[in-house]
Amino acid sequence: MTRRFLIGLATATALLAPTLASAGPTIDSIKQRGALRCAVNTGLLGFSAPDSTGKWTGIDADFCRAVAAAILGDPDKVQYVGTNAQNRFTVLQSGEVDMLSRNTTWTSSRDSTLGSVFAGVLFYDGQGFMVPKKLGVKSAKELDGATICVQPGTTTELNVSDYFRSRKMNFKPVVIAELNQIEQAFFAGRCDVYTTDISGLAATRLKAPNKDDYVILPEAISKEPLGPMVRRGDWEFFTIVKWTLFGLLEAEEMGVTKANVDAKKGEAGNNPPLQRLLGLSGDAGKGLGLDNDWMVRAIKAVGNYGEMYERNIGPLGIPRGLNAQWTQGGLMYAPPIR
Amino acid sequence: MLSSERARGIFYQFLLLAAVFGLGWYLVGNTLHNLSTRQIQVGFEFLGREAGFEIAESQIAYAPSDSYFRAFLVGLFNTLHVALLGIVLATVLGTLVGIARLSSNWLMSRLASAYVETMRNIPLLLQLFVWYGLFTELMPPVRQAIELGGGIFVTQRGLYYPWPEPHAAWSAAGWALLAGAALAFAWRGHARRVQERTGRQLPVGLVAAALLAGLPLAAWLALGAPTQLVYPELRGFNFRGGKVLSPEFLALLIGLSTYTAAFVAEIVRAGILAVDKGQTEAAMSLGLTRGQDLRLVTLPQALRVIIPPMTSQYLNLTKNSSLAVAIGYPDLVAVANTTMNQTGQAIEAIAILMAVYLTISLLISLFMNWYNNRVRLVER
Repeated sequence: MTRRFLIGLATATALLAPTLASAGPTIDSIKQRGALRCAVNTGLLGFSAPDSTGKWTGIDADFCRAVAAAILGDPDKVQYVGTNAQNRFTVLQSGEVDMLSRNTTWTSSRDSTLGSVFAGVLFYDGQGFMVPKKLGVKSAKELDGATICVQPGTTTELNVSDYFRSRKMNFKPVVIAELNQIEQAFFAGRCDVYTTDISGLAATRLKAPNKDDYVILPEAISKEPLGPMVRRGDWEFFTIVKWTLFGLLEAEEMGVTKANVDAKKGEAGNNPPLQRLLGLSGDAGKGLGLDNDWMVRAIKAVGNYGEMYERNIGPLGIPRGLNAQWTQGGLMYAPPIR
Repeated sequence: MLSSERARGIFYQFLLLAAVFGLGWYLVGNTLHNLSTRQIQVGFEFLGREAGFEIAESQIAYAPSDSYFRAFLVGLFNTLHVALLGIVLATVLGTLVGIARLSSNWLMSRLASAYVETMRNIPLLLQLFVWYGLFTELMPPVRQAIELGGGIFVTQRGLYYPWPEPHAAWSAAGWALLAGAALAFAWRGHARRVQERTGRQLPVGLVAAALLAGLPLAAWLALGAPTQLVYPELRGFNFRGGKVLSPEFLALLIGLSTYTAAFVAEIVRAGILAVDKGQTEAAMSLGLTRGQDLRLVTLPQALRVIIPPMTSQYLNLTKNSSLAVAIGYPDLVAVANTTMNQTGQAIEAIAILMAVYLTISLLISLFMNWYNNRVRLVER
């Protein structure tokens, strides 16, 4: 190799550099690594929990798959990192993971002071209370003086204290960070009440020695919009995550499923919105720094939003409710892909 | 200039110092830069904001409307509470086991060594889970609480016991106890001086006991001798009234004390073995009793060996109390963790933790060194 060649190479690289513009540091490192690092809950049925074969299942875990499929073309190229309520933000801040896909509530302070932003809402939830049936409690208003199990560092912990304060009622908290430990304490009777998001209560109830011994009280005491979170400042990656979510919602609205996505491609001829979703026209994928097949890959990996919901949340027995499409009276509404 | 050994020494030390400062400067600067590029807020202003979360137990008044600073104080006092009681319990239990292990009674010494070997070789965290499990799984639910008599109840929510109704006489008795302690201390000094001057031995133990018990009793009687107790009563979900030792606190206290006691036992045993048998024989031949020998001859020499390693056990116990997080006792670390998560101020919260534990450790060490200096052999 001669010196002249080296100089030529350097010049060529310098000239090429602007056209090979970086797609953002997060995407670069995902591509280099060949895998998406996704922080999930260590074990919450329906959201993210390892099954008997060690495969992560749940709607949060599936969303990681969809993003991996969109960026890398392979839904299995995800490295899951189990996190608890205490360390979830730190692993994201420090760059240990690329995104947080974990039942985490979107709040203004988390959006502004943690060095991270929410990319949308994957699940509309609310905080509730679960009690043993034999206590005979019918409403949260009867809980004065109760002992309540709660996870530390959560919005739940703050809401329950607000709720009791504003009603001049008292409670004793039992605060343990690990989900399994706190569930065990509740089942053992250390506390009268377990409080968390209603979906979480339903998942915990399934783990009970006998699930019919426990009831979830009717009140939802807060709004808990749960969604994926990414680091601030890397807007390319942020946009991809956000639009993968919208794409999955749009797919449900248009009736595109895991099974019929290829067939739909064939019959999209006279349906411009469907053409754009499936990358047959427009440049939606390229605008994101991907190719136009990004959404097809994501849908093939996990199905549309409705399929993800039925597969993962359905078994918990939680009706679609707020999580239905806007056309069905729910809040799920994707901005147009165009 | 570099040929002079002294100059070279100074030069290299200066270089090292500069390197250390440079590294520190780089680390701090780098962290601040990273935080600001990631738009993470820095600073301690959050300490003044409303905490908003409830804390299960507290030595000082606390409500969710108080500031994060006060929440930290609650955590600090909870840590000190369990650490101080743990140190006392571990010392007493450890000393007993240490002496038992040297006992000529075969069964007793074997039991003591079995205790020491078992406790020392099982990780503390596991022991804490066992204790917590014992309390929450094996104890009866609130509605089937076992009454031990006298208004004391055992349940899986903890140990409930009656407590005197607030009355001025109780705080007066508390102050009288402090005064009694001061007087007893002064009397001890007086007795020592009298003995040095005249050889006469004044009764110290008896007078001290009289002062410590008598003064509070007199104050209590003088202010009307209130006997009204508040008994715990099952109302609604839980017992109300009286006081409670929570299973989290009990599990942590018992776990820490029994674990550390095993180490203390070995230190005490080593200390006693370190004193030559001839010392006891000499004391006996002087006509001292067995108790006097232990108090005046053997222990003062054993303490020289015991105190320095004991200091590090006390430090360990205090630091190990941070395992409280695992079983839900709201110690300093638990409060800091929650704060960190509610505010996102991880670096600040960890800095506070480090500063507090450093201070506590240095204070314990300072006190133990002072005590060590006091009891060491005065060589003439």
